[in-house]
This record gives sequence, C-alpha cells and structure tokens, in this order.
Amino acid sequence: MSDALLSVRDLVVEFPTRKGILTAVDRVSFDISRGEVLGVVGESGAGKSMTGSAIIGLIEPPGHIAGGTISIAGQRIDNLPYEAMRRVRGKRIGMVFQDPLTSLNPIYTIAEQLIETIRTHMDLNERQARDRAIGLLDQVGIPAASRRIDDYPHQFSGGMRQRVVIALALCVEPELIIADEPTTALDVSVQSQIIDVLKRMCADHGTAIMLITHDMGVIAEAADRVVVMYAGRVAEIGAVRDVIKDAKHPYTKGLMGAIPTLMQDSDRLTQIPGTMPRLTDIPPGCAFSKRCPEAFDRCFVEQPDCRPYQGRDVACLLYDEGKPQ
Amino acid sequence: MLAFIIRRLVQSVVVMLVVSLIAFVMFRFIGDPVDQMVGLETTVQERELLRQQLGLNDPLPLQFWHFVSKAAQGDLGISYQFKRPVADLIGSRLPATLELSFVSALFALLMGIPMGVYTALNRESLLSKLFLTISLIGISLPTFLIGILLIFVFSVYLQWLPSFGRGKVVDIGWWSTGFLTVSGLKALILPSITLGLFQMTLIMRLVRSEMMEVLRTDFIKFARARGLTNRAVNFGHALKNTMIPVITITGLQMGAIIAFAIITETVFQWPGMGLLFLQAVQNVDIPIMAAYLLLIALLFVIINLIVDLLYVMVDPRIRIEGAEA
Ligand SMILES: Nc1ncnc2c1ncn2[C@@H]1O[C@H](COP(=O)(O)OP(=O)(O)O)[C@@H](O)[C@H]1O
Ligand code: SF4
Ligand SMILES: [Mg+2]
Repeated sequence: MSDALLSVRDLVVEFPTRKGILTAVDRVSFDISRGEVLGVVGESGAGKSMTGSAIIGLIEPPGHIAGGTISIAGQRIDNLPYEAMRRVRGKRIGMVFQDPLTSLNPIYTIAEQLIETIRTHMDLNERQARDRAIGLLDQVGIPAASRRIDDYPHQFSGGMRQRVVIALALCVEPELIIADEPTTALDVSVQSQIIDVLKRMCADHGTAIMLITHDMGVIAEAADRVVVMYAGRVAEIGAVRDVIKDAKHPYTKGLMGAIPTLMQDSDRLTQIPGTMPRLTDIPPGCAFSKRCPEAFDRCFVEQPDCRPYQGRDVACLLYDEGKPQ
Repeated sequence: MLAFIIRRLVQSVVVMLVVSLIAFVMFRFIGDPVDQMVGLETTVQERELLRQQLGLNDPLPLQFWHFVSKAAQGDLGISYQFKRPVADLIGSRLPATLELSFVSALFALLMGIPMGVYTALNRESLLSKLFLTISLIGISLPTFLIGILLIFVFSVYLQWLPSFGRGKVVDIGWWSTGFLTVSGLKALILPSITLGLFQMTLIMRLVRSEMMEVLRTDFIKFARARGLTNRAVNFGHALKNTMIPVITITGLQMGAIIAFAIITETVFQWPGMGLLFLQAVQNVDIPIMAAYLLLIALLFVIINLIVDLLYVMVDPRIRIEGAEA
C-alpha cells in the first residue's frame, strides 16, 4: 500500500452503448501526494473528466467503474455505499467545474450555498458557519465579503463566481480538490488569477490538486507532475519540468509543440496530424499508432504497458526492452 | 419592485376595460334590452320613455361609461329570465364554483407535484410507469366521460359518493359553503377529481420534465460534488428551481379550471356559475352572459397578478433586476 493521498490503480470506466461497450477510461493508474498539484492533460474526449468523476463517485449512469481501485489515504472509496461516499464528497474530496456561470444555483444567495455546505459536513451553528463562509470569501479575494455574501450568483462576474466556486469546494478543507478545466470558460485576463487563487488556497490548507486541462500552458505554469492521457489511457506520467524539457512519449512530444513559449526548441515543434480515434474503434496495439511519427511494426499489434523509464512512467514500445533495430 | 407591481396593475385595468367593452357590446346590441323587459302590449310611447330612463338614447361612450361604473359597483343589470339583479344571482352561485375550482386545483397540485417528482427521480420504477399511464388517460379522455365513469363506479355501483348536487351547505353571510358538512365534503370529491384530473396530469408531466431538465444542470452536479444529501439536492435545489414554470402554468390552469367548470357542473348538476351560464345561453339572457364574461376575466386577471408576484418571490433574478431598474 502506497503512502500517497490518492491512489488510482487500473481504473476502468465503461459505457454500454448501442455499438457495444465504450471504454472511456482504460486501466489508468496514478498517485497524488499530499499538497501536490497533479496536472492531467490530453485532448478533448481523452477521458480526463471521466477519471475525475470516477474519483468523486459521480459518473452518470449508464457509465460505471468496471475495474480497478481508487483509494484515499489507503481507504478504498470506489466501492463505498452511496451515503458513505456522499460524506467523502466535499469533506475529503472537493470539485471545481469548468463553468462558474452554471455551477451555482441561481435562486440561492452565496451565503445560503456556503452555509448549507459547511453545515452538511461540520457541526457548526448558523452564525459560526456564516463567519467561516465570510472568512473563506475573503481568502479567495472577494472584496467586501461580509456584504457580498448575501448577493445572488448573477450579481458576480465570471471570475468572481469562480472564486466563489473555489470557496465552496474548499469550505470544509478537503484533502484533495479536483479542478476540471477551472479556467477554460473564463476570460483570458482572469485565468491566471484564478489558478493563483486555487494554488494559494490549496497551499494554505495543505490541499492536493488534480488539475484537469487540455492546455499544456496551464500545466507548465501550475502543476508539479503531469499525467498525459490519450484515448482513455495514460501515455506518460512525470515531473512537469522533465516532461517539458524531455518528453518521451511521441504524443507528449507533439503536445509540447503546442506551447508557444517552448517553441524555440525546433526539435519538438512537431504538430500531430490526424485526430484521436473514437473510443468505440481504438486500433489494436497502441492507441496512438495511426498518428505516431515513430510507429513501427510492433505498435500495430502490441498494446504498450505503462512502465517506469528514467524517473517517469511511459506507455510506449520505444522504451520497452525489445526496441526497434 | 413597486414599479413592477404598478405596471402589472395598469395592464390588468386595461384588460378589464377591453373585456368590459365586449360585454357592453353584447349587452347593448344583441337583442333589444327593452324588448326583453316589456310585454307585447306596451305602447311605442311607453317604450320610448323606458329607453330614456335606461339611458339607451345617450351617446355610446357615455353609455359605456355608465355600464362600467355600474359594473364596478356591482350593478350588473337585471336577469331577463329571473327578473332579479344579476349580481344577486351570481353571488348565490359563485361560492359553489369557487369551492369546486379550489378543491380541484388543490387536488391537481397535491397529487401532480409529488407524482412528477417521483417519476423524475425514479424513471425506471414500475410505479412511475403506472403514473405515466394514468396521466395518459387523464389527458386523452374528455372531462364529461371521466365524470360519467366516476359516477358509474362510485355512485351507481359502489354507492359511496353522491352523483349530483352540493350536499348540505352552511351559509356564512352570503357565502354558502360545502366545507363544513360531511355530505358537502363528500359531494365535492367526484366533481373535483373530474375537473382536476386534466390539470393534475399536466402538472405532473410539467414537474417531471422540468425536474429532469434541472437534474442535468451543472449546479446540481456541483451540489452533489459538495456532498449535500440527496434530499437537499432533489428538493432544496432541483425542485425549487422547477417551481417557476410550475407556478406559471398552475396559475393559468386555475383560470382554465374555473372556465371548464361549466362541463363538470353540468355532469354533476353542480349549482355553480357554469350551470347558470348555460341556462343563460339557452334563454339568451344577455345580462348574465355579460356578467359571467366579466367575472371570468376578473378572476383571470387576479390570478395572473398573484402568479406574477409569486414569480418575483421565487426568482431573485427578476426581483433584483426589478429593484435596480
Ligand atoms: N454519457 C456518455 N455516454 C457515452 N459515452 C460518453 C458519455 N460521456 C462521455 N463519454 C465518452 O467518454 C469519453 C471521455 O470523456 P471525458 O472524460 O469527458 O473527456 P475529456 O474530459 O478528456 O474531454 C468521451 O470521449 C466520450 O466518448
Ligand atoms: S508505442 Fe509505437 S505507436 Fe505508440 S507511441 Fe510508442 S512508438 Fe508511437
Ligand atoms: Mg472534460
């Protein structure tokens, strides 16, 4: 048993569809340590959100976890009964969604939503919960928090609302926050502010972050380690610095080409031609084989495992024992 | 907020004036009021005198003004059939119709909302399917047929409930109520179900579809991710958000219930305004028809006002923008 805060092992998420079973997450494994920021990156449809939903136990039926384990501090949570899992949500694992405009209930004040959440998990009276809520709004940078707390969501701007959402996700100090594209819906000018708030809040409370994004730039700026996902599978996991400097997986190399500030390095300017396969018809062998500039014969028949290689994990046959000639 | 109410009040007055104009035109131009009041042997001079007395020779706008101001004071003319003031006739019939409509609406709401919520939350359950089937019947069978079926089963076959009339009523001032006697309450059951069944199925289907819509929203997902209890999510967050359309439709349906009471009152020989109106139509009793028209319009306007106010109470977006405007 690892001493990681969150431990995901061989997670499989499936959707029964008319065309057969769709595997949205395929044997994904990774750990998150306490206080760490783990980025999860990959193009749209790669299974990032589904991994996050699986961890917090909110996959929409008919989707379901079909294999693997998820543990927090050594305790399995993927097989908990509904009520036990509900107490984990918010209390031990918080979540921030993409769109702050739709994340808040329009008919309740910010105070009502914060106090309800706090009192669901903590034994506080109305007054104490309200004080705590005001303190949190203050910390996430809402000016005049004690007055604005009684406003409704529509009275805040998008950036301010995402601060409120962060306060809500953190209001009972969970050990882990899953932030699913927390800045994608926001104005570019406030994106890095929100990432800063998120990072600062989590650092203050010792909260680990699973930062889901399709933007390698955000990862470079905010994450300690990164999981690169492709077609529901892990392609590469490593320290952000290592991965940016020296990506191993050909798909990761392609992703790096998409960060403008890193484009001086002409070696890795490769843009990846083609699109990710639909999850119902992933080719046999490596899922990336049809687009991979370095593919060789084994790639079309053998599915690479995710193996340790030079201080990281890579799922590519290039780094297997039987390399190409 | 105040401006909003005043604007609505002005609109209501305009609506009432337009309806009054229609009623006035009916009153004044369908048949000759004098013909209806005098015998065949009346001389031309006597007729002319009566015309003068009734103000029928005044300019039309003046006549309209007199009509409106008298109506506003409750003077709606004399019934041709009964030779009694229309206001008295309506006053003696109004409680029967309003009590029937009120109980029908209550039945529709108290059955429709829980059934809608249940079917939205338990989509696959057998009971949901049963409810949906019943609602299909409620929507497709005509009112009079439902009434006759109910009479057949509960009055003729089982002999549990009366098939006609109001039972024993108690007079409180000019208001005669059926709420205070057992026979009065029993007499209300079948007509209320008959009148309310359509509205009940409508409300059930509305609540169901709105609820399913709201349950898919991000703020519900976020509420779950914060670990709120199922009860808080389903009722506190989801149901409350469906109330805005439900209030609107219910309000409009309340008007429809009162108007549709005509059919139910006929089937159950219910001594209400609908029955009075039907008799008036058969006997071309214009003053009663005009008064009925005015009264129904007035009820619609009052209900709409109440709906608007409820709306403002439920939805902070309207409330606050209204206040700032
Ligand atoms: N309700 C659903 N039914 C079937 N497949 C779904 C459903 N929701 C998501 N998926 C599949 O899961 C895959 C992963 O989705 P998601 O995790 O949202 O991707 P990402 O967040 O990386 O963009 C998608 O490619 C999609 O095909
Ligand atoms: S396994 Fe083969 S196809 Fe897949 S990424 Fe490595 S080289 Fe490319
Ligand atoms: Mg996503």
